[in-house]
Amino acid sequence: MTTEELKIHITELLPAATFEEGGEWLNINVEPKDWHSIALQLRNDPALFFDYLFCVTCIDWKTHLTMVYHVSSTKYRHCIVIKAKLDAAAPAIETVSDIWQTANFNEREAYEMFGVNFINHPDLRLLILPDGWEGKRPMLKDFEDPVNMIKL
Amino acid sequence: MNDSSNNSGFSSIPPPAGGGGGAGSGEAVQIYETPGGGIVLSKLDDVINWARSNSLWPLTFATSCCGIEMMAVASAKYDFSRFGFEVARASPRQADVIIIAGTIVNKMAPVLKRLYDQMADPKYVIAMGACAISGGPFFYNTYSVVKGADHVIPVDVYVAGCPPRPEALLHALISLQEKIKSGLTREQIQVPKPTAAGDKLHQL
Repeated sequence: MTTEELKIHITELLPAATFEEGGEWLNINVEPKDWHSIALQLRNDPALFFDYLFCVTCIDWKTHLTMVYHVSSTKYRHCIVIKAKLDAAAPAIETVSDIWQTANFNEREAYEMFGVNFINHPDLRLLILPDGWEGKRPMLKDFEDPVNMIKL
Repeated sequence: MNDSSNNSGFSSIPPPAGGGGGAGSGEAVQIYETPGGGIVLSKLDDVINWARSNSLWPLTFATSCCGIEMMAVASAKYDFSRFGFEVARASPRQADVIIIAGTIVNKMAPVLKRLYDQMADPKYVIAMGACAISGGPFFYNTYSVVKGADHVIPVDVYVAGCPPRPEALLHALISLQEKIKSGLTREQIQVPKPTAAGDKLHQL
């Protein structure tokens, strides 16, 4: 499906979804509490068939965090981007690792780098950071490490 | 390692009587006595250093984009086997020189140290590119990068660039060979003997 066709189809499927213009792919904003059910619909809809989550990213905007999910279909070769705005003080969103297995490690990385709490994640522990990592999450904008970091 | 290889190319000790080599041969091996009771074969050291410098096998150790340039130097267009860097070895036991081609992060540092410790003497280190020299583009505002591989292991030759051109790495490799031939690598001058020659090496 083209981006326009995807937009029409997803508007029918998810009337509450809002779209963001200007990207290469269709950008959909969702509420964090709706994300898991929306993900299930995107995965199971026969015309969409988003069976592959190929990127999970988090962005620190200082005022809030944004989770960004890129999903594609290996059958139809179309992609969309889903964004969810999270609270900076206690970022939390439901896991989708039960829908797409790749989310398991990607969410662990977002957890250790940004401190996002993935509700119902089966194995939410550090992925790359050394064991016993204490303190703040290193990818947050206000992260400081007086021992290893030289500030410019 | 043979202790005598620490003292090559000096000429300030007069050869003891009868210490010369074969009659009529100017290139014969000269035998010198050292205060420690040992002997030094100066010409043999030159030969050993020459041989070592022309058969340096690098360890395949690439941690980021400098590794791509190192592969270019290894492949047909630049071909460091012309200079005796014959084959890259995947095992530190068989490697003579480690080319640190890329960023060293805090998690990688113990691995680099272990690889260096596993290499057999004599061993040499080239720091390739800005990251290996100083952390380079990751010097400021990063929590994970070691600001220079020489915080972890001693380095013989630094080659600047981000990444360096293949010619620059070739130049570094040839510089290392020159250093070995002149007996002035870090390892060769590490334990200077209490001789006049040792003092002379100190002054260099």
